[in-house]
Amino acid sequence: MDAEMASERPPGTVLEVRNLTTHFFLRRGVVKAVDGVSFSLKRGEVLGLVGESGCGKSLTALSLMRLLPRGGARTIAGEIVLDGEDILTKTPAEMRDIRGSKISMILQDPQTSLNPVFSIGNQICEAIVRRIGGRKRDAVPEAVEALRRVDIAAPEQRIGQFPHQMSGGMKQRVVGAIAITGKPQVLIADEPTTALDVTIQLQYLKLLKRLQAETQMGILFITHDFGVVARMCDRVAVMYAGRIVECGPVRQVFDSPSHPYTRALIASVPKMTETADRLPTIDGQPPALWDLPVGCRFEARCPHAEQRCRDAYPGSFQVGVDHTADCWRVAPA
Amino acid sequence: MSTDTLLRVTNLRKHYPFTKGILFARTVGQVKAVDDISFTIAPGETLGLVGESGCGKTTTSKLVLNLEEPSSGEILLQGKPIHGLRGDALREYRSLVQAVFQDPWSSLNPRMMVGKIIGESLVVTKWGSAAAIEGRVRELLLSVGLRAEQALQYPHEFSGGQRQRIALASALASQPKLIVLDEPVSALDVSIRAQMMNLLKDVQARDNVAYLLVAHDLASVRYMADQTIVMYLGKIVEYAPTRTLFDDVQHPYTKALFSAVLSARPGQQADEIVLSGEVPSPLNPPGGCRFHTRCPFAMPRCSSEEPVLRETAPSHLVACHLYDQG
Repeated sequence: MDAEMASERPPGTVLEVRNLTTHFFLRRGVVKAVDGVSFSLKRGEVLGLVGESGCGKSLTALSLMRLLPRGGARTIAGEIVLDGEDILTKTPAEMRDIRGSKISMILQDPQTSLNPVFSIGNQICEAIVRRIGGRKRDAVPEAVEALRRVDIAAPEQRIGQFPHQMSGGMKQRVVGAIAITGKPQVLIADEPTTALDVTIQLQYLKLLKRLQAETQMGILFITHDFGVVARMCDRVAVMYAGRIVECGPVRQVFDSPSHPYTRALIASVPKMTETADRLPTIDGQPPALWDLPVGCRFEARCPHAEQRCRDAYPGSFQVGVDHTADCWRVAPA
Repeated sequence: MSTDTLLRVTNLRKHYPFTKGILFARTVGQVKAVDDISFTIAPGETLGLVGESGCGKTTTSKLVLNLEEPSSGEILLQGKPIHGLRGDALREYRSLVQAVFQDPWSSLNPRMMVGKIIGESLVVTKWGSAAAIEGRVRELLLSVGLRAEQALQYPHEFSGGQRQRIALASALASQPKLIVLDEPVSALDVSIRAQMMNLLKDVQARDNVAYLLVAHDLASVRYMADQTIVMYLGKIVEYAPTRTLFDDVQHPYTKALFSAVLSARPGQQADEIVLSGEVPSPLNPPGGCRFHTRCPFAMPRCSSEEPVLRETAPSHLVACHLYDQG
């Protein structure tokens, strides 16, 4: 199996996700939050994962980290091949070694991802010691270096400070520093700039780009902001109701979106350069994840819906080089 | 500017004392959250207020809502000062100026039925009989695109976008002349934002209500606002009709803010101005022009002399030494 996998894996792939399925098993029913998600991430690539709240993008990230929320969430099918190994088969102890050194994550809110009662130096050193052992005191030079890499001025002084003494942008850079101390091959960034101001967001995106160029890590960038996708990503995957409905190179997806949902979503964003009297909207709501239709999940809101959309879910069809869409309208005749 | 003014704000200042010590607190400084700003809103017009966190846009909206007393300066609604109102006069003001806040998850009382939430201001102002209020609530629900029978449901039964519609319906109940919209769409999903913005525009066209739109998303301000103010550290740095501003950005801070907005189109990024550093503390703002510490075009004069807001083109106001003549 390994040999077969290696042969079909394109060169430079660091993360290959196949048919990932994570459901919540609740008393009221099964919530199919992530329902058969497949994608791959290459070395030095940024893959954007976009979609609206509840589409399953954050749960996809948590499934990759194997940090599912308590209370009924289970990954029941699929493979997550990281560096040639399926991490879904790993024990919790093995996962603790994988997190931080092979795969790392930055969360949306730096306010809550740092511990308020420990100095930031302490928290960075903890990540280093967890990986290489030894004493925290000995990890200080490496922690200072980590802060310098994320453009924190005077890191020797900053290292003794506490989170409340820093601004939001600075805290998020500290979180970034912790995430990359282990030189992971894959970094998951879950809305890392949503809590930041626009001028600070731009600084942070530039920093991530630079760090990526230095380390060649693959970044899975989760966002709902198309501006961030256009600026940061090489490829983009659009998620809707637990599935990736379109995936392709950023330019192609923006210039010629093939799935009606992608098209409607892009059209509904107000543009800086155009004055419109009315914005196009998508009517209705996404389907309930515990009561999904058998057919296409966007059918009820889709302007092009026809009978076959109600009868069966469309497969992923090739619409261009490295560009797929789950829509019957692009199915080969 | 014209005589037809709904809201006039003149030389408005709000300084918060900054104290040290708990028992024998002494004032060690003033946080100048809003520092000498003036603007007007005409009936049925939208004024957009943009800037980053800490620039004073929320303080400004609180002052307009009469939730804070200004340190100096005044706000006139239809020619009458709004601060110092008491009793019936204050109640009347509250019905003329309403608000819709950012987070529809915390702005609606979870224990009240939607009909009660929307009708509450009518009950308080003794607008009419119970039956009349019920009829009005039904009308309001329909006007924001909800169904009349939804008056009997509780907020948790609605999605974020629907909740924001409920918040708008309850703001509209007392037939206000001005609604303060504090980040009305930023908590909503992309596809729902457009619906809400369209609805706000429809309501404005129908009821001739004016909006003070506080937002950080420039593209939605472009879509919604007639006039736009850009604030930085408690000061207005640029003030112009939205069209004019977007066609001809002048202040270096506004330029940086515009260039930081990521175009939702790959490869369309214009020349980018990345500001170094962060917004200085409003407790100790830099002397001279408050932006000079981050400004790529700063001159020696900028650190000593504060620029005044002046007209550089018809109705285009900019506070920057780059546009001073001579």
